[in-house]
Amino acid sequence: MTKIILKDIDDLNTLEVYEANGGFSALKKVLKEMKADEVIEEVKKSGLRGRGGACFPTGLKWSFMPKVTDKPKFLCCNGDESEPGSFKDREIFERNPYQFLEGTLIACYAMGIKTAYIYIRGEYYRWINIIEECINQLYKKGYIGKNVAGSSFSTDIYIHKGAGAYICGEESALMSSIEGQRGYPRVKPPFPAQFGLWGYPTTINNIETITNIPEIINRGSKWFASVGEPKHPGTLLFGISGHINKPGVYELETGTPLMTIINEYCGGVWRGKSLKAVIPGGSSVPPLTRDEALKAKMDSESLKEFNSAIGTAGIIVMDQDTDLLEVLTRITYFYFHESCGQCTPCREGCGWMLRILRRISEGKGRMSDLDLLISVADNIEGNTICALGDAAAWPVKWTIRKFRGEFESKIQKEEIELPNINKVHSIRHTDYYT
Amino acid sequence: MFSEAELIEIEKIKKRYESPQSSLLPVLWMIQEKEGWISKDSMSYAAELLNIPYEYVLGVVSFYTMFFKKPKGKFHLQICTNVSCMLRGGYELYKYACKKLGINKEEITSDGMFSIEEVECLGSCATAPMMQVNNKEYFENLTFEKFDELIEKFKKEI
Ligand SMILES: Cc1cc2nc3c(=O)[nH]c(=O)nc-3n(C[C@H](O)[C@H](O)[C@H](O)COP(=O)(O)O)c2cc1C
Ligand code: SF4
Ligand code: FES
Repeated sequence: MTKIILKDIDDLNTLEVYEANGGFSALKKVLKEMKADEVIEEVKKSGLRGRGGACFPTGLKWSFMPKVTDKPKFLCCNGDESEPGSFKDREIFERNPYQFLEGTLIACYAMGIKTAYIYIRGEYYRWINIIEECINQLYKKGYIGKNVAGSSFSTDIYIHKGAGAYICGEESALMSSIEGQRGYPRVKPPFPAQFGLWGYPTTINNIETITNIPEIINRGSKWFASVGEPKHPGTLLFGISGHINKPGVYELETGTPLMTIINEYCGGVWRGKSLKAVIPGGSSVPPLTRDEALKAKMDSESLKEFNSAIGTAGIIVMDQDTDLLEVLTRITYFYFHESCGQCTPCREGCGWMLRILRRISEGKGRMSDLDLLISVADNIEGNTICALGDAAAWPVKWTIRKFRGEFESKIQKEEIELPNINKVHSIRHTDYYT
Repeated sequence: MFSEAELIEIEKIKKRYESPQSSLLPVLWMIQEKEGWISKDSMSYAAELLNIPYEYVLGVVSFYTMFFKKPKGKFHLQICTNVSCMLRGGYELYKYACKKLGINKEEITSDGMFSIEEVECLGSCATAPMMQVNNKEYFENLTFEKFDELIEKFKKEI
């Protein structure tokens, strides 16, 4: 299996070992031999797509940045990593931080950026310290700061520490958070490349996306494009959790069959049980049934066939005894808790879905509740400022569609009279100080 | 509140951003590090320091869950119950911890040692169940026994 990020080299997380293994050769090559446009062209040709969930082509995104401008330009490296089931960026910080930072420098050079912010979720205290130390080392060595590696190019890199809000992983909320505001997403357009941080051109990329860049420069776009699934090339850091024997992060080529990952790499479903369902890409993507899981290949295109998505490649495995109502209720609670509260469909809809799911759990469900849930989900989807609304709607809609029988079995035959309640809900709007 | 050295640090932080207001999160982090939580007085102080309205600071503090709006125990235990942890016993651990310490959410043990909170996914799903303490260290692959040992260890640390 090709490794691009989590290579089998001991102590690759130290600068000496990283340099001894060809570290910063891509940066030096770029600074010496390539024009900024050529770097973007190379990334475009590689077919690299964003690893933050939306799979947007990275080279194309970079090309949206204005070339000639007297305004400052910014790069935000998105290490908010808060999607339940995702824990891959943390692995990069731990095992190959310098490749990530080298990628950041190359991205800055390619887009003519003089300031990059690495946004890391506040909970990642340990990993923030690691990256901070790495940045200090690189300043000392002359890789960051004035005249990067002796060239005429200069750039600074800073860490911005989050403070507990999933929504700050959404790119425009992330910028709000860097600006010192509540993490509110913004209406697009204008897109960040035109109107980003403080109104200046900005690009936001996931940590894993950026970490791929040095190897694309070193080994060439042609090579990268040939790894894995052609439409979604490269490797992915699959994070596997739940009912599995060997949970963890595995770097594998895109297009690897899901069952190969589960059985060959992760030792199969735990306790000798059989599989009931798999969430293939973090809690916001629709689940796969057992039959679908047997057929699924892990890349963005193949999963479309099952109305699911690769998301952040966080695979959550559930065994035969899993209560999907409980799982769905917990996931819905998460989105309810994390909704920033700006849009009515998301703020209220998440609360509605949660209350309906909870009442089914309490044995007060009605058969019509299942369609009601799908209808609420449908009314959230596509009607909000950011994709958190969709992320909340998809699991509800598709878990019920795909496992309807299980949900029906939780509903009593007799209908129960319910009181009318209507309360405005959003945890982020509660006054904590009363 | 801040010492001379800390004020110099804040001036340095301000230079990283295009607007002084962007230093609000770092400043709030520094306050919480010093005081353990963020009081109304601290918010007024931060507002004055950065020359922004108090209400604005209140809005920001109330948005982010890691900023504590009330004092916590010396050891604030943050146990993840999100889906991957739930599948591997996150709730069982949370309930066990509450019972053992005799506290619930938002409560502090009478000796001021422990408080507890159920938190959302901390990116530790493969090493579930897990707990973070005081917004910092992670303790992973927990069992009831390991949890007991940690509590004993914390008690000795004081
Ligand atoms: C609610 C929400 C949360 C998100 N969280 C993250 C995150 O934690 N990390 C991340 O890289 N992208 C996250 N994204 C996606 C970003 O908005 C953005 O698409 C991504 O950072 C772009 O990087 P990429 O093109 O390299 O994938 C989130 C999106 C939404 C709607
Ligand atoms: S969709 Fe939800 S999280 Fe996104 S802006 Fe609207 S209310 Fe906020
Ligand atoms: S679900 Fe608990 S750490 Fe991810």
